[in-house]
Amino acid sequence: MGQYLLSTYAVEGQGAGAPSTPEDMKTFMERVVALEDEMEATGTFVFGGALYGPDAATVLRASDSGPVMTDGPFVEAKEHIAGFYIINADDLDAALVWARKVVDAISHPIEVRPFRATGRLRA
Amino acid sequence: MTAPVAATGDAIGVDRVFREAYGQAVATLIRIFGDITLAEDAVQEAFVVASDRWPRSGIPPNPAGWIVTTARNRAIDDLRRSARGRQLHEELGAVVDPSREARIERREVEGPVKDDQLRLIFTCCHPALRTEHNVALTLRLLGGLSVDEVARSFLVSEPAMAKRLVRAKYKIKAAGIPYRVPEDADLPERLRSVLSVLYLIYNTGLEGPERASLRTEAIRLARALVELMPDEPEAAGLLALMLLSESRATARTSDGSLVLLRDQDRTRWNRTMIQEGHAIVRACIRRGRPGPFQLQAAIQAVHCSADSLEATDWAQIVALYDHLFSVMPTPVVALNRAIAAAEIEGPGAALTAIDAIAAELDNYHPMHAARGTMLRRLGRGDAARAAYERAASLAVTEADQQFLAHLLDALDEGGTES
Repeated sequence: MGQYLLSTYAVEGQGAGAPSTPEDMKTFMERVVALEDEMEATGTFVFGGALYGPDAATVLRASDSGPVMTDGPFVEAKEHIAGFYIINADDLDAALVWARKVVDAISHPIEVRPFRATGRLRA
Repeated sequence: MTAPVAATGDAIGVDRVFREAYGQAVATLIRIFGDITLAEDAVQEAFVVASDRWPRSGIPPNPAGWIVTTARNRAIDDLRRSARGRQLHEELGAVVDPSREARIERREVEGPVKDDQLRLIFTCCHPALRTEHNVALTLRLLGGLSVDEVARSFLVSEPAMAKRLVRAKYKIKAAGIPYRVPEDADLPERLRSVLSVLYLIYNTGLEGPERASLRTEAIRLARALVELMPDEPEAAGLLALMLLSESRATARTSDGSLVLLRDQDRTRWNRTMIQEGHAIVRACIRRGRPGPFQLQAAIQAVHCSADSLEATDWAQIVALYDHLFSVMPTPVVALNRAIAAAEIEGPGAALTAIDAIAAELDNYHPMHAARGTMLRRLGRGDAARAAYERAASLAVTEADQQFLAHLLDALDEGGTES
């Protein structure tokens, strides 16, 4: 059993995946809730969430005079991570089945990446 | 079938067995040990032993089985000794069974050996790997080509190809690409990926005489796939398509220049391959589950049935292209339909159809060549020349360039006559 990160990216100037009309928003939410229910019922769901945009980001760097903060994201790019799920899956094929369901629900591309290690390090 | 290029070491037979047994042996060893590189190394070692022993003691009755057993025993010996083996031992130790060897023995009897090769085909052709990696893995692991042979076939250096293979194997391991035949729900899509990788290997083999062995390898792999998945008509369709195309291989070039189907010496076509291709196409038609490869094979079958260009059943070919376009609506299919339809409707109608898709195929030299031919037949020499010149500027292979040079020369001669 491995864990995979399913992340979705928003492109600057384009919608972040959530539809604009209240009617569309309602069906969008229903699809996502149904998907997450299914993830939970099958023991697939580990964690997930939607993120604020890069304007809300802060980067911290070590320096000789202590940590230095900069306003904005680590990488200045047109695309930025908008949300993600962390799921349990036996192998890539199993993870891809879930990724496809997420794509169907939110109509946005999904990047699937395996975790090399998970959980906290212990001595 | 005679392979013009791969005539090596038949005196001993080790090379021939190597080609036939390599993929099978690697596939089985991957299942047993769960590690691609370990399996490759073990099989290589077993072949080294074979090349030393077989010339003296003769080829064993079941050479592939001998290779698998020898490779397995070698790998277990190596595992006992090496640091990597201890590491693997620890990983396997995570499961309940305390004895690695017992676990390995059990894995060996888990599934029919035949399925190993199928598993490996699906792993190598997994759509989560980029196509160039699919191709490299397939030729290396299933075809048993050396890294250098794969590199030369794709015009890259040996270190670059080695790096490509390392990266592909890294992704298989890190991303957890499974070593198994896909579930029924995923099978159609995954099979399409396998078929397109094999067809790409075949078509790359058409890009020059030095690459001809790729065609032999692609046909061998397609044949193996059909044996492994006899219920998949598209796999059979791909094999038939390759055989019917291959039947014309010797007639397709003359003095290094491409010879179009219409100008080929049909007595040079390989009748054995045509018969086999025809038989497969007929069986596909009886099944009644057409798909893109079966339809392309059926079109080739009609061409191969005609003893002369005039005897070709163009109406049937156009109807098949219409069917093909309904399941695979690409501009290349539309182009080929237009070229076939010209034989019935004339060059004017064909030119109109080609012009409709010209923008989409602007970088595809066969489109400009076909357009040039229609223009020439309509007596528009200057426009034909421009189209042929554009085609020549896009053509890559020596045979295509020579062919287009001939067309331009012929245009000059035609021009002085009129």
